[in-house]
Amino acid sequence: MPGFTVVFAQTASSFDVFLTKLIDGLALGSIYAILALGFVIIFKSTQVLSFAHGAVAAVGAYLAAYFVTTINWPGRYFESLPATLSFIISALVAVVVAAGVGMVIERLFIRPMIGEPMFSIAMITIGIDIILRTFVGDLIGQGGVLSVGSPWGILSLSTWSGIIVPHVFIAVIITAIAVVIALILFFRTRIGVAMRATAFDQEAAMAQGISAGKIFALAWALGAVLAAIGGIFSSISPRGFGVTGGTAFFALRAFPAIIIGGLDSIAGAVVGGFVIGVSEIMLGHYLANFSGTLGLGFTGLIPYLLMMGFLLVRPYGLFGTEEIRRV
Amino acid sequence: MLEVSNLEVVYNDVVLVLRGLSIEVPDGEIVALLGANGAGKTTTIRAITGLLGVHEGDITKGEISWQGERIDEDDPSSIVRSGITQVMEGRRVFAEMTVEENLRTGAYTRKGAAKSVYDRVYDMFPALAERRKDTAGYLSGGEQQMLAIGRALMADPKLLILDEPSLGLAPKLVQQIKQIIVDINETGVSVLLIEQNANMALSIASFGYIMETGKVVMDGNSGKLLNDEDVQEFYLGLHGTGERKSFRDVKHYKRRKRWLS
Repeated sequence: MPGFTVVFAQTASSFDVFLTKLIDGLALGSIYAILALGFVIIFKSTQVLSFAHGAVAAVGAYLAAYFVTTINWPGRYFESLPATLSFIISALVAVVVAAGVGMVIERLFIRPMIGEPMFSIAMITIGIDIILRTFVGDLIGQGGVLSVGSPWGILSLSTWSGIIVPHVFIAVIITAIAVVIALILFFRTRIGVAMRATAFDQEAAMAQGISAGKIFALAWALGAVLAAIGGIFSSISPRGFGVTGGTAFFALRAFPAIIIGGLDSIAGAVVGGFVIGVSEIMLGHYLANFSGTLGLGFTGLIPYLLMMGFLLVRPYGLFGTEEIRRV
Repeated sequence: MLEVSNLEVVYNDVVLVLRGLSIEVPDGEIVALLGANGAGKTTTIRAITGLLGVHEGDITKGEISWQGERIDEDDPSSIVRSGITQVMEGRRVFAEMTVEENLRTGAYTRKGAAKSVYDRVYDMFPALAERRKDTAGYLSGGEQQMLAIGRALMADPKLLILDEPSLGLAPKLVQQIKQIIVDINETGVSVLLIEQNANMALSIASFGYIMETGKVVMDGNSGKLLNDEDVQEFYLGLHGTGERKSFRDVKHYKRRKRWLS
């Protein structure tokens, strides 16, 4: 769901509009990048194309909404706790629970399928996707919306020299940067190196004493954490109005980001996410005059059009790894 | 001591690859396991290191014990922890990672491996020390083999299994690898050496087994094997007597004349 656009002050110059839209695009790109990272980590370490990624994102967003809105935890115990801090704690708990959901999915549905063709496993993930989406849909109520709150305020816009930036944009961009730094550091730890080794050559990694099962579980936990973070941010205004039946589909829009970046590239997921986010917002804004011809929903098509263009020119994506060979 | 007795391994529930294989690796010795392609040498290693599952293989009979305890039901991780590591055929280094990261994967079972552990490997392989920040995929074949051996040593094994370490290497490098294996053995590590290069393997091993179609067809001290007429003809490419032989006269396991070295 594209959400609603930010209204400009009358005096904004065209450059200010450009910068505002750029930051808007980067914020959207951050969500795509976080979602794409989760997908790529699962794919790289377990060779599973998880079509359930969007549903896991929706589960994460639902959990956050449940903690924030339904039971107001931990805010109900500490009335003086600032809303933003209370939200962050709730969201962190939701993310941890989502990690557990990811591990359960891996253990129940993916582990028994190890060694089966990639296509069969992808079909299973489609099944998981339908189950989770139905589950979340029922919890919210058909057609319902469950708010995750607006921790950074809907209208709390920071303005300097005509550039308008909602605080939530800053929050999501900072989160994306933190996620990328955390991942870079993680992949240098003992477990992170083991995960990369397993992704490269599972049998050779097992021969070093690395437990492939543990790495798979960890990859799904990490993937679910990133999906949940993406899902939560996609449910906060102005991207969305809360968790709905459509939250899972928002995550699907990160799929073009993965294709553009290259299915198995961590850096590609980040770059792809930002390319899609920025171009979606920018083209959406500058092509708005043509909305009569192109139709109002045109913005939603931009990621897929870009994906198709990229598939024609570079089928393996921007950063799709070329195999390292000795010359 | 590693003892494999009457081992039977079946792939995909139908393909019988090992049919009653028995070998022993006493502590502190180098034991060679020789045989032609398809004899079941690599399958033997997979069974010992718990990696049969990756290839849909199962142990249907027999047992493997290591230092008195059965390990045939154990997973690869606990087998490595118990002190058995292997250098896989074809080196299998993690090509996208650096030399140092490759060594770190080898030390996975030893949380917080000290710098001295790395230094030991770098001392043994100065070529790796020079290239520790380089991507492993760009190393030469010989350097990659050294990296694979160094990686296996990181787990501080008591038994090192090497699968065809001389494969695809120049004769000079083969000599170097041979010396490295002797050096490793002198530090008290037992070695099970799987080779097609019988000459190289028997020259450093104290004992040797010759495998054909999933079982041991001949064993003995390496001196005895080196001097054996059949071994000389079929595994070392020598014709002791210089006479022509009729294939009708030789035993079934000798018919499969394969490689000469």
